[in-house]
Amino acid sequence: MNVTQRLKAFGAFWYDFIVGDDWHVAALIVIGLALTAAATHVAKVNSWWLLPIVAFAALAWSLHRATSSK
Amino acid sequence: MNALPLILTVFVACAVEAVEALTIILAAGITREWRSTFQGTVVALVALAVITAAIGPAISYLPLTGLRLVVGALLAIFGLQWLRKAVLRATGYKSLHDEASAYLREVAAAESATKESRRGVNDWYAFTLAFKGVLLEGLEVVFIVITFGANQKNVGAAVIGAAAAIVVVTITGIAVKAPLTKVPENWMKFAVGVMLTSFGTFWGAEGAGVKWPGNDGALLAGVPVVAAFAALCILWLRSRKTAAAAPAKQPEVVA
Repeated sequence: MNVTQRLKAFGAFWYDFIVGDDWHVAALIVIGLALTAAATHVAKVNSWWLLPIVAFAALAWSLHRATSSK
Repeated sequence: MNALPLILTVFVACAVEAVEALTIILAAGITREWRSTFQGTVVALVALAVITAAIGPAISYLPLTGLRLVVGALLAIFGLQWLRKAVLRATGYKSLHDEASAYLREVAAAESATKESRRGVNDWYAFTLAFKGVLLEGLEVVFIVITFGANQKNVGAAVIGAAAAIVVVTITGIAVKAPLTKVPENWMKFAVGVMLTSFGTFWGAEGAGVKWPGNDGALLAGVPVVAAFAALCILWLRSRKTAAAAPAKQPEVVA
Protein backbone atom coordinates (compact mmCIF):
# COMPACT_ATOMS: atom_id res chain seq x y z
CA MET A 1 0.00 0.00 0.00
CA ASN A 2 1.59 3.29 -1.09
CA VAL A 3 1.18 6.73 0.51
CA THR A 4 -1.68 7.81 -1.81
CA GLN A 5 -3.65 4.64 -1.07
CA ARG A 6 -3.07 5.07 2.66
CA LEU A 7 -4.26 8.70 2.51
CA LYS A 8 -7.33 7.63 0.50
CA ALA A 9 -8.12 4.89 3.01
CA PHE A 10 -7.63 7.37 5.89
CA GLY A 11 -9.97 9.89 4.21
CA ALA A 12 -12.53 7.18 3.42
CA PHE A 13 -12.50 6.02 7.05
CA TRP A 14 -13.23 9.52 8.40
CA TYR A 15 -15.82 10.23 5.69
CA ASP A 16 -17.63 7.00 6.61
CA PHE A 17 -17.20 7.70 10.35
CA ILE A 18 -18.60 11.23 10.21
CA VAL A 19 -20.87 11.49 7.15
CA GLY A 20 -22.13 7.88 6.91
CA ASP A 21 -24.50 6.46 4.30
CA ASP A 22 -26.26 9.63 3.14
CA TRP A 23 -24.28 12.86 2.78
CA HIS A 24 -27.49 14.85 2.27
CA VAL A 25 -28.29 14.48 5.98
CA ALA A 26 -24.91 15.95 6.98
CA ALA A 27 -25.28 18.77 4.43
CA LEU A 28 -28.80 19.66 5.65
CA ILE A 29 -27.67 19.77 9.30
CA VAL A 30 -24.80 22.12 8.41
CA ILE A 31 -27.20 24.33 6.38
CA GLY A 32 -29.71 24.24 9.26
CA LEU A 33 -27.08 25.38 11.74
CA ALA A 34 -25.93 28.17 9.41
CA LEU A 35 -29.53 29.38 8.99
CA THR A 36 -30.08 29.20 12.77
CA ALA A 37 -26.93 31.25 13.41
CA ALA A 38 -27.94 33.80 10.75
CA ALA A 39 -31.50 34.09 12.10
CA THR A 40 -30.24 34.49 15.67
CA HIS A 41 -27.34 36.89 15.11
CA VAL A 42 -28.41 38.84 12.00
CA ALA A 43 -32.23 38.86 12.12
CA LYS A 44 -32.24 38.72 15.96
CA VAL A 45 -34.86 35.92 15.97
CA ASN A 46 -34.50 33.25 18.65
CA SER A 47 -35.03 30.45 16.11
CA TRP A 48 -34.78 27.44 18.47
CA TRP A 49 -37.41 25.63 16.38
CA LEU A 50 -35.46 25.77 13.10
CA LEU A 51 -32.83 23.03 13.64
CA PRO A 52 -35.32 20.39 14.92
CA ILE A 53 -37.50 21.03 11.83
CA VAL A 54 -34.47 20.67 9.54
CA ALA A 55 -33.38 17.48 11.37
CA PHE A 56 -36.85 15.90 11.02
CA ALA A 57 -37.07 16.93 7.37
CA ALA A 58 -33.58 15.50 6.72
CA LEU A 59 -34.54 12.14 8.27
CA ALA A 60 -37.84 11.91 6.39
CA TRP A 61 -36.27 12.92 3.08
CA SER A 62 -33.37 10.48 3.51
CA LEU A 63 -35.79 7.64 4.34
CA HIS A 64 -37.97 8.55 1.35
CA ARG A 65 -34.90 8.48 -0.95
CA ALA A 66 -33.71 5.16 0.47
CA THR A 67 -37.06 3.42 0.03
CA SER A 68 -38.67 5.03 -3.01
CA SER A 69 -36.88 2.75 -5.49
CA LYS A 70 -37.60 -0.46 -3.51
CA MET B 1 -28.74 18.98 34.83
CA ASN B 2 -29.06 15.68 36.67
CA ALA B 3 -26.19 13.34 35.69
CA LEU B 4 -28.47 10.31 35.29
CA PRO B 5 -29.66 11.04 31.68
CA LEU B 6 -26.02 11.61 30.71
CA ILE B 7 -24.86 8.34 32.33
CA LEU B 8 -27.72 6.34 30.77
CA THR B 9 -27.18 7.81 27.30
CA VAL B 10 -23.45 7.09 27.37
CA PHE B 11 -24.11 3.62 28.85
CA VAL B 12 -26.47 2.53 26.04
CA ALA B 13 -24.34 4.06 23.27
CA CYS B 14 -21.15 2.44 24.59
CA ALA B 15 -22.88 -0.92 25.20
CA VAL B 16 -23.76 -1.12 21.48
CA GLU B 17 -20.10 -0.49 20.52
CA ALA B 18 -18.86 -2.94 23.17
CA VAL B 19 -21.14 -5.72 21.84
CA GLU B 20 -19.70 -5.22 18.34
CA ALA B 21 -16.11 -5.25 19.62
CA LEU B 22 -16.82 -8.37 21.70
CA THR B 23 -18.11 -10.20 18.60
CA ILE B 24 -14.84 -9.53 16.77
CA ILE B 25 -12.68 -10.52 19.79
CA LEU B 26 -14.59 -13.80 20.23
CA ALA B 27 -14.29 -14.61 16.51
CA ALA B 28 -10.52 -14.00 16.59
CA GLY B 29 -9.91 -15.75 19.92
CA ILE B 30 -12.01 -18.88 19.38
CA THR B 31 -11.00 -19.58 15.77
CA ARG B 32 -7.38 -18.37 15.83
CA GLU B 33 -5.46 -17.87 19.07
CA TRP B 34 -6.35 -16.17 22.37
CA ARG B 35 -2.83 -14.92 23.17
CA SER B 36 -2.47 -12.88 19.94
CA THR B 37 -6.10 -11.73 20.25
CA PHE B 38 -5.46 -10.39 23.76
CA GLN B 39 -2.25 -8.70 22.55
CA GLY B 40 -4.21 -6.95 19.77
CA THR B 41 -6.92 -5.94 22.25
CA VAL B 42 -4.42 -4.55 24.78
CA VAL B 43 -2.46 -2.58 22.13
CA ALA B 44 -5.74 -1.08 20.85
CA LEU B 45 -6.77 -0.13 24.41
CA VAL B 46 -3.37 1.54 24.95
CA ALA B 47 -3.78 3.44 21.64
CA LEU B 48 -7.26 4.55 22.75
CA ALA B 49 -5.89 5.70 26.13
CA VAL B 50 -3.21 7.77 24.34
CA ILE B 51 -5.81 9.32 21.99
CA THR B 52 -8.09 10.12 24.96
CA ALA B 53 -5.20 11.62 26.95
CA ALA B 54 -4.23 13.78 23.95
CA ILE B 55 -7.71 14.96 22.91
CA GLY B 56 -9.48 15.06 26.31
CA PRO B 57 -7.58 17.90 28.00
CA ALA B 58 -7.25 19.84 24.70
CA ILE B 59 -11.01 19.85 24.17
CA SER B 60 -11.63 21.35 27.62
CA TYR B 61 -9.66 24.48 26.56
CA LEU B 62 -11.95 25.13 23.58
CA PRO B 63 -14.63 27.84 24.00
CA LEU B 64 -17.92 26.17 24.99
CA THR B 65 -19.97 27.93 22.28
CA GLY B 66 -17.73 26.74 19.44
CA LEU B 67 -17.46 23.28 21.00
CA ARG B 68 -21.25 22.97 21.22
CA LEU B 69 -21.70 24.11 17.62
CA VAL B 70 -19.21 21.59 16.19
CA VAL B 71 -20.02 18.71 18.54
CA GLY B 72 -23.76 19.36 18.22
CA ALA B 73 -23.51 19.18 14.42
CA LEU B 74 -21.51 15.93 14.59
CA LEU B 75 -23.85 14.32 17.13
CA ALA B 76 -26.96 15.34 15.19
CA ILE B 77 -25.44 13.85 12.00
CA PHE B 78 -24.43 10.63 13.83
CA GLY B 79 -27.81 10.40 15.53
CA LEU B 80 -29.80 10.86 12.33
CA GLN B 81 -27.66 8.24 10.54
CA TRP B 82 -28.26 5.78 13.42
CA LEU B 83 -31.99 6.54 13.37
CA ARG B 84 -32.10 6.15 9.58
CA LYS B 85 -30.50 2.70 9.80
CA ALA B 86 -32.67 1.63 12.75
CA VAL B 87 -35.89 2.74 10.98
CA LEU B 88 -34.87 1.00 7.73
CA ARG B 89 -34.08 -2.19 9.68
CA ALA B 90 -37.28 -2.04 11.73
CA THR B 91 -39.32 -1.80 8.52
CA GLY B 92 -37.46 -4.52 6.63
CA TYR B 93 -35.89 -2.21 4.04
CA LYS B 94 -32.47 -3.13 5.40
CA SER B 95 -31.47 -6.48 6.88
CA LEU B 96 -31.09 -6.57 10.66
CA HIS B 97 -27.53 -6.36 11.98
CA ASP B 98 -27.33 -9.82 13.38
CA GLU B 99 -24.42 -10.47 15.77
CA ALA B 100 -24.68 -14.22 15.08
CA SER B 101 -24.23 -13.79 11.31
CA ALA B 102 -21.56 -11.11 11.82
CA TYR B 103 -19.75 -13.58 14.08
CA LEU B 104 -20.03 -16.39 11.48
CA ARG B 105 -18.65 -14.09 8.75
CA GLU B 106 -15.66 -13.17 10.93
CA VAL B 107 -15.11 -16.84 11.83
CA ALA B 108 -15.16 -17.93 8.16
CA ALA B 109 -12.65 -15.22 7.23
CA ALA B 110 -10.44 -16.06 10.23
CA GLU B 111 -10.43 -19.79 9.43
CA SER B 112 -9.39 -19.24 5.82
CA ALA B 113 -6.50 -16.85 6.64
CA THR B 114 -2.97 -18.29 6.87
CA LYS B 115 -1.03 -18.14 10.15
CA GLU B 116 1.94 -15.78 10.13
CA SER B 117 4.22 -14.63 12.98
CA ARG B 118 5.36 -10.99 12.93
CA ARG B 119 6.98 -8.52 15.36
CA GLY B 120 6.85 -10.93 18.29
CA VAL B 121 3.17 -11.75 17.70
CA ASN B 122 2.47 -15.45 17.12
CA ASP B 123 -0.65 -15.00 14.95
CA TRP B 124 -0.63 -11.67 13.10
CA TYR B 125 -4.16 -12.15 11.68
CA ALA B 126 -5.73 -12.61 15.14
CA PHE B 127 -3.73 -9.64 16.45
CA THR B 128 -4.79 -7.22 13.67
CA LEU B 129 -8.42 -8.43 13.70
CA ALA B 130 -8.73 -7.76 17.45
CA PHE B 131 -6.72 -4.52 17.21
CA LYS B 132 -8.85 -3.04 14.40
CA GLY B 133 -12.15 -4.13 15.98
CA VAL B 134 -11.37 -2.70 19.42
CA LEU B 135 -9.79 0.49 18.03
CA LEU B 136 -12.66 1.33 15.66
CA GLU B 137 -15.45 0.61 18.14
CA GLY B 138 -13.38 2.20 20.92
CA LEU B 139 -12.95 5.42 18.92
CA GLU B 140 -16.71 5.84 18.91
CA VAL B 141 -16.79 5.26 22.68
CA VAL B 142 -14.02 7.86 23.19
CA PHE B 143 -15.85 10.36 20.97
CA ILE B 144 -19.11 9.89 22.86
CA VAL B 145 -17.46 10.15 26.30
CA ILE B 146 -15.40 13.25 25.47
CA THR B 147 -18.15 15.16 23.66
CA PHE B 148 -20.96 14.35 26.09
CA GLY B 149 -18.71 14.85 29.11
CA ALA B 150 -17.21 18.15 27.88
CA ASN B 151 -20.55 19.61 26.81
CA GLN B 152 -22.27 18.77 30.09
CA LYS B 153 -19.09 19.71 32.00
CA ASN B 154 -19.25 16.29 33.63
CA VAL B 155 -16.64 14.01 32.04
CA GLY B 156 -16.68 11.86 35.21
CA ALA B 157 -20.35 10.89 34.72
CA ALA B 158 -19.71 10.07 31.04
CA VAL B 159 -16.74 7.87 32.01
CA ILE B 160 -18.91 6.07 34.60
CA GLY B 161 -21.55 5.33 31.92
CA ALA B 162 -18.94 4.06 29.42
CA ALA B 163 -17.02 1.99 31.98
CA ALA B 164 -20.24 0.41 33.27
CA ALA B 165 -21.25 -0.55 29.71
CA ILE B 166 -17.86 -2.12 28.95
CA VAL B 167 -17.81 -4.03 32.26
CA VAL B 168 -21.39 -5.33 31.82
CA VAL B 169 -20.78 -6.45 28.21
CA THR B 170 -17.40 -8.03 29.05
CA ILE B 171 -18.75 -9.97 32.06
CA THR B 172 -21.77 -11.13 30.04
CA GLY B 173 -19.50 -12.14 27.16
CA ILE B 174 -17.22 -14.15 29.49
CA ALA B 175 -20.27 -15.79 31.09
CA VAL B 176 -21.91 -16.91 27.84
CA LYS B 177 -18.67 -17.34 25.81
CA ALA B 178 -20.60 -16.49 22.66
CA PRO B 179 -21.69 -13.38 20.72
CA LEU B 180 -24.49 -11.55 22.49
CA THR B 181 -27.23 -12.50 20.05
CA LYS B 182 -30.06 -11.85 22.52
CA VAL B 183 -29.26 -8.15 22.74
CA PRO B 184 -32.01 -6.22 20.91
CA GLU B 185 -29.35 -4.33 19.00
CA ASN B 186 -31.62 -2.51 16.56
CA TRP B 187 -33.78 -1.07 19.32
CA MET B 188 -30.69 -0.07 21.29
CA LYS B 189 -29.42 1.70 18.17
CA PHE B 190 -32.83 3.35 17.78
CA ALA B 191 -32.61 4.60 21.37
CA VAL B 192 -29.04 5.82 20.88
CA GLY B 193 -30.05 7.53 17.62
CA VAL B 194 -32.85 9.33 19.48
CA MET B 195 -30.49 10.46 22.26
CA LEU B 196 -27.67 11.56 19.90
CA THR B 197 -30.12 13.50 17.69
CA SER B 198 -31.73 15.18 20.72
CA PHE B 199 -28.42 16.13 22.38
CA GLY B 200 -26.88 17.14 19.02
CA THR B 201 -29.80 19.37 18.02
CA PHE B 202 -29.92 20.95 21.48
CA TRP B 203 -26.17 21.71 21.68
CA GLY B 204 -25.83 22.62 17.99
CA ALA B 205 -28.62 25.20 18.16
CA GLU B 206 -27.24 26.53 21.45
CA GLY B 207 -23.81 26.86 19.84
CA ALA B 208 -25.46 28.81 16.98
CA GLY B 209 -26.75 31.32 19.55
CA VAL B 210 -30.24 30.03 20.35
CA LYS B 211 -31.77 30.30 23.82
CA TRP B 212 -33.96 27.24 24.39
CA PRO B 213 -37.30 27.81 26.12
CA GLY B 214 -37.01 26.15 29.53
CA ASN B 215 -33.19 25.94 29.20
CA ASP B 216 -31.99 22.37 29.93
CA GLY B 217 -35.60 21.24 30.33
CA ALA B 218 -35.96 21.58 26.54
CA LEU B 219 -33.53 18.69 26.14
CA LEU B 220 -35.68 16.40 28.29
CA ALA B 221 -38.75 17.45 26.31
CA GLY B 222 -36.92 16.96 23.01
CA VAL B 223 -36.07 13.29 23.58
CA PRO B 224 -39.69 11.99 23.46
CA VAL B 225 -40.45 14.30 20.51
CA VAL B 226 -37.57 12.84 18.48
CA ALA B 227 -38.56 9.29 19.52
CA ALA B 228 -42.18 9.94 18.49
CA PHE B 229 -41.13 11.34 15.10
CA ALA B 230 -38.87 8.33 14.42
CA ALA B 231 -41.70 5.97 15.47
CA LEU B 232 -44.00 7.80 13.03
CA CYS B 233 -41.38 7.24 10.31
CA ILE B 234 -41.52 3.49 11.05
CA LEU B 235 -45.33 3.50 10.74
CA TRP B 236 -45.09 5.55 7.51
CA LEU B 237 -42.59 3.16 5.88
CA ARG B 238 -44.54 0.08 7.03
CA SER B 239 -47.78 1.38 5.52
CA ARG B 240 -45.88 2.32 2.38
CA LYS B 241 -44.45 -1.18 2.12
CA THR B 242 -47.85 -2.77 2.70
CA ALA B 243 -49.41 -0.55 0.03
CA ALA B 244 -46.64 -1.43 -2.43
CA ALA B 245 -47.06 -5.17 -1.72
CA ALA B 246 -50.87 -5.12 -2.11
CA PRO B 247 -52.12 -6.27 -5.56
CA ALA B 248 -53.45 -3.52 -7.81
CA LYS B 249 -57.27 -3.23 -7.71
CA GLN B 250 -58.87 -4.80 -10.79
CA PRO B 251 -61.20 -2.54 -12.75
CA GLU B 252 -64.81 -3.61 -12.56
CA VAL B 253 -66.09 -5.30 -15.71
CA VAL B 254 -69.72 -4.53 -16.57
CA ALA B 255 -71.40 -7.42 -18.38
